[in-house]
This record gives sequence, C-alpha cells and structure tokens, in this order.
Amino acid sequence: MFKRKNLLGIQELQKEEICFILDTAESFKEVLTRPIKKVPTLRGKTVINLFHEPSTRTRISFEIAGKMLSADTINISPSTSSLTKGESLKDMAKTLEAMNPDIIVIRHSMPGAPHLLAQEAKFSVINAGDGAHEHPTQALLDLLTIREHKGEIEGLQVAIVGDILHSRVARSDIFGLLKLGAKVRLVGPPTLIPPFVERLGVTVEHNLEQGIKGCDVIMLLRIQLERQNKLFFPSIREYSKLYGLTLDKLAKARPSQDVIIMHPGPINRGVEIDPQVADAPFSLILDQVTNGLAVRMALLYLILGGDES
Amino acid sequence: MKTVIQGGRIIDPANGVDGVYDLLIEDGKITGMEQSLPVIDDARVIDAQGKLLTPGLVDMHVHLREPGREDKETIETGCAAAAAGGVTSLACMPNTVPVNDNKSVTEFILHRAREINLVNVYPIGAISKGLKGEELSEMAELCEAGVCAYSDDGRPVMNSLLMRRALEYVRLFGLPLISHCEDLNLCADGVVNEGYVSMVTGLRGIPCAAEEVMVSRDILLARMTRSPVHIAHVSTAGSVALIRQAKREGIPVTAEATPHHFSLTEELVLSFNTNTKVNPPLRSQSDKEALIEGLSDGTIDVIASDHAPHTLAEKEQEYDLAPFGMVGLETLLSVSLTNLYHSKKLNLPTLVAKMTSHPARILKIPGGTLSLGCPADICIIDLEKNFTVDASRFYSKGRNTSFHGQELTGAPIMTLRAGKIVFPQEPHKGPQGETFATTTSEHGQL
Repeated sequence: MFKRKNLLGIQELQKEEICFILDTAESFKEVLTRPIKKVPTLRGKTVINLFHEPSTRTRISFEIAGKMLSADTINISPSTSSLTKGESLKDMAKTLEAMNPDIIVIRHSMPGAPHLLAQEAKFSVINAGDGAHEHPTQALLDLLTIREHKGEIEGLQVAIVGDILHSRVARSDIFGLLKLGAKVRLVGPPTLIPPFVERLGVTVEHNLEQGIKGCDVIMLLRIQLERQNKLFFPSIREYSKLYGLTLDKLAKARPSQDVIIMHPGPINRGVEIDPQVADAPFSLILDQVTNGLAVRMALLYLILGGDES
Repeated sequence: MKTVIQGGRIIDPANGVDGVYDLLIEDGKITGMEQSLPVIDDARVIDAQGKLLTPGLVDMHVHLREPGREDKETIETGCAAAAAGGVTSLACMPNTVPVNDNKSVTEFILHRAREINLVNVYPIGAISKGLKGEELSEMAELCEAGVCAYSDDGRPVMNSLLMRRALEYVRLFGLPLISHCEDLNLCADGVVNEGYVSMVTGLRGIPCAAEEVMVSRDILLARMTRSPVHIAHVSTAGSVALIRQAKREGIPVTAEATPHHFSLTEELVLSFNTNTKVNPPLRSQSDKEALIEGLSDGTIDVIASDHAPHTLAEKEQEYDLAPFGMVGLETLLSVSLTNLYHSKKLNLPTLVAKMTSHPARILKIPGGTLSLGCPADICIIDLEKNFTVDASRFYSKGRNTSFHGQELTGAPIMTLRAGKIVFPQEPHKGPQGETFATTTSEHGQL
C-alpha cells in the first residue's frame, strides 16, 4: 500500500511500500506495449516538472509518464524560470501553488530542496534528485530492473562502483537494496567513499576485482569529469585504469555467472564503462530507462490517489 | 538613589561568594553585601528570596550586525535581547558592513550603545583589514578607539604568518586575540558536520580536523609568541583534548563553547531545518559530551552565545544557501542551566563563573563581579522556572534558533545594569522616569 502525499526519499519508505510501487509499475509496463499508449487515468491533473538542474532522461521520463496517464505536464527549466531572477524556492512554491498543480516533480542541485518545497504545500512533491542526497525514482527503477531479471532481491550481492560520495543514486539504491534484503558492497577510491557509510550496513572495497567478485549485480556510477580538479583523484585516465569496467576485468573478477550490469546514465563510454560492457547482452542500461517510465507512471498514479481498479 | 536587593542567594565567583545576602546599591554601584542590611528609609527594595543573584552575565561572542545589516539585528534590538538574557556586558564581533577594522566603526558602535544605554557594549576589532586575512588592521588605532579584543570571527586567519604577527603585535596593547579556528581548505564548502548525517543527507561535511588543525596551529603560535589566544566556539572532542594539553603545558590559551554545541547534535540536521546550520556545525554526541567534560574540568573557560541573527527569508532557503548562525542571547542562560546545572554536570558557581568572571578576566573588562565599588550589574535568576522557548517573543530580530519549542528550566527574571532595571522593560515608569519595582508594587514579587 502507498498512502503518501510526497515521495522525498527511499530512506523514509517501508519495504512493503517499495514492493507495492514495484508491483504497480509492473502492471503499467503493459501500457507501454499498447499501440495507443495513453490511458485516461489522470485526466485533468497537472504535473509540473521543476528542473533546477540539467537533466534529460529523468525529465523526459516524467513528462512521458504524465502524458501517458493523460495528465497535463508542464516543464520549467532553470534558464526559463524566475529562479534566475532571484526568486527564492519558497516564493516560487507559493506562486506555483496559486495555480493549483497536483504534483511538482523537482530536480535540484542541493540536498533538502524538495523538503523545503513540500513544507506546508498543498501539492504533492516528488524528488527527482536533490544534490547528493536522494534520487528515489532512480532507485525504484533499479530495483524493478533487478527484480525482473533476478526474481528476488533478497540475498543478492550487489556492488555499486564509483563516486559514492557525490551520488544521490548510490544513496537511494543503498537504502532500497538494504530494505529489500540485498547485500551491498561499495567499490571506489577512498576519496570517493563517504566516511561513516559502513554504519548503513554496507561493506567497502577499494579494489575493483575484489569488489565485484561473486556479485549478482554491478551498478556503475557516472564519474563526473569535473571532480578531477577537486583533488578526488589524479586524472580520468587513472580512474579509468583502476575502476573502469572492461570485459577483461569482468572475466578476471569472476562475478556470478548471470551477472547483470547497470548504469543510471548518462554513461561516459571508455571511462567508467567500456563500450563492450555497455553494449553487452547482460547490460541492462536501456531496460532501466524503460522501467523508469513504468515506475514514474506508477508513482504519479499512486500519489494522485488512483483508485484500486 | 538606593536599592536593596533582599534575601537572594548570591553567587559571585570572583570573590568566592555563595550565600544568602542583602545587597545594597547606591548611585549605581554595589556598596554593601550583608547577611541582613538594616532598613533604609528611602531605598527601593527588591525582594529576591528564593532567587539567585549573580553578576550580570558577560557574553563575549555576539554579532550585533549594525552597521550594515540592520535587517538582521540592530545594536538596540541586540542590547534589548542581551538584557532579556541576563547579559549586562557583551563583546560584538567585527564582521559588520563595513567591517570594524577602523576607528570610525568602533566609535559608531560605542556611540550607539551609549545612546541606547541598556547594556555595556565592547566592540571587537578585526585582526585583518576587511577580514581578508591579508594584512593587519590598524590595531593601535582600534585600541585607542576602544576595542576590547581582536578577531576575524566568521572567517579564520588562514595565513599562519599573519596570525603569528598579530599575536606578537597585540602585545603592544595587552588585548586578547580571539581565533575562529577553521581550515577553509579542509572545510571545502562544507555545511554540516562530516559524519553519519552528512553521509545520509548528502550535505557536504566539515570534518572535525578542519577545526583541530587550526586549534593546534594557534596553540603552537601562542607557545612560540607567549601571547594569549582565545579559541572561539570550540566544537570537537579533539579540540578539547588539544586545549587541555596546552593548558597543562602552561601555554596561554583560553576557550569558549556555545550552548548549542554542548546541547544539540548533528541529528537535528536530518530535518533539513536551516536553523541547525551553524559554523562550526553541530557535531556528534561524543563531541557534545567532550565539551561538557571540558567545561567541567576547566579546559573550557567560557560559555558564550555566538548570537548570530539572520532574517527569516535568509533562513528559508535551501540548506546550502542559508547563512550559518543561530541566535543565543536570550537562551544562553536557560539552556546552560538546563543542560549543565539541572543535569548535574556543573555546579552553579562554576557555571556562573564561565558567564561572568572568566570572560571579564579574558577581555580585561570591568564587570563580571559583585565586588564593592563595582557597577551594580546584576542578574536575578529563577532557577526552577519552567518555560517553553518561543522565538517569536524574542527581543532580538533573529528568530533563528533550534531551541524554539524546547522546554527549559531556569531563567533570568530581572537584569540590572549600573543599578537600573533593564529587564523586564518597565510597563510604567517611576516619577523620575527610572524603572523600578518594589515589594509593594505588582512587579516587586519576583
């Protein structure tokens, strides 16, 4: 069951709620295969995509999800919004509220921005990524993808590789995977592993081969190219040498036989992921994108109080 | 004009006094302290039975914001907040606009404070011009104009050579240097403590080491120059240990802690409430306990508020964008009494000393004592008063506090400065325009 007004993070969700969202998403996947991919479920509802940070896939995914459900979707991007005129997020929230939207989907570069937006708001808020904090819909689509391919998440060995420190995807994935009973290892250079992260119940491994040995799922994270100037690692070249996943390294590390590779995108080919890995049959990068649509349809539907029918 | 304050328990740490006495005030000065003063006909009588009398509190770390940011606080509202908090002397930090790195600003602050005439205001001058950390401000001129100390508070003096020179140069005046210990490189634009909470929230962390390396540096420089250094707002267990060791070695270092650092922890940040955003950040439970240990064993000499008012609009922003700081003048005493005295961590004389005689001694300012002949700066306290903090009723313009809604025990109920009641501010005035309360008036019963 899912009775929440907002989706701000995975951390606050119960296991049952996560499973219920995934079940709902699975049923929406059928809609995606229809010749006419539109159902009238959310006719007359307004969804505003407030993206305060560049994004393609998440924004488009939310937009298409809304449109398939017949909601009216509006996109606000940083360059065209009044936020560039110095309007505060709080004031923008009040302005938008006066137009009676049903949901605001927010992407923001700063942790906690969706929480600020949701304070005293009449509309619902979905967090589409807030700084390095959470990206709950990404975690849900990741969980859906894993569940589809593995049947069961409980007991799986999952390695998350890369820049954990700055990654909202990693945080949401960690929370979700642990709630559903997976074992999580984090792999990356010590500079990109947040201190105290073991307290969540994950293990940390700095060597890639060690880290992915015996894994059922490998989730790679995008390495943000601008980090190399901030003393986190010497160069992209060296990062790629140590942590870039190639078929070679994969073979040596001997993960589980039916290992799957995931990546939230956008990928840096040849940096954190070798093209041969990205395009391999066990790479689920594009399945993730499709599942993203299903998860977002499910969430819009559930949050707008879709009836059980 | 004579006043007798009758029957209160008087704690005056500077003179080792702790007992029930009558206190006589004549012409704004303390002129008598006896177990029972004879009745004086023309004296105003304040009945303080069952109450605690201490020297007026000395808060050595306050941001008054004026000149420049009168939207956050003015000298007038800041002084009123001080009086309401039992504070009769405050030292105000130089990070105003313009910066108090020159005589005009110092004189302006002193002039306004005299006009307002509520509490004693002691301006602190900047160590470096414009707080830029590049070259020394004109310290002699600042001294002449009346600053009580030097600090770049709000910003560290990152250049160790400049810090060394400042420590050496202030020996000309015998005024203390107050250091804001924060290594900006290690801090790396952090906004919260680096720890479990920063990891979970994705907010950038400020490691304890960002403070501790600078505390170490300043201790080493104090040892080298033999000039005293005062460490502002100590927040970590590591800093406490470093200062403890330095004191053992006889290095001239003193330190202060704020009520929010010894009462609150980083857990509060999980709400993303920007009132929890302070610099240094709220730390962990073990840091908080180490601060209390440091207060109790004398490592930390002073409790100061680091009163840092901001506007609601500034605080109602994304956590990253909201300014650092929490108001504290009006909760300084109550939070300290609740979390140190009532929780049996500190006895009253020790606690009172950290808000009176110790800061006065460090700043070498008058006040902080009830010695005969001294100005009658007095705080009368109801130790058992239970109340809920309501920031909307503050005299300060700042409402930014994480103590809003908290239940506290113990509060200042009357503040006298030079014998005059400055809190509560009178609902009606006496014949000479002075405020008064007598046993016969409705305000006399404290």
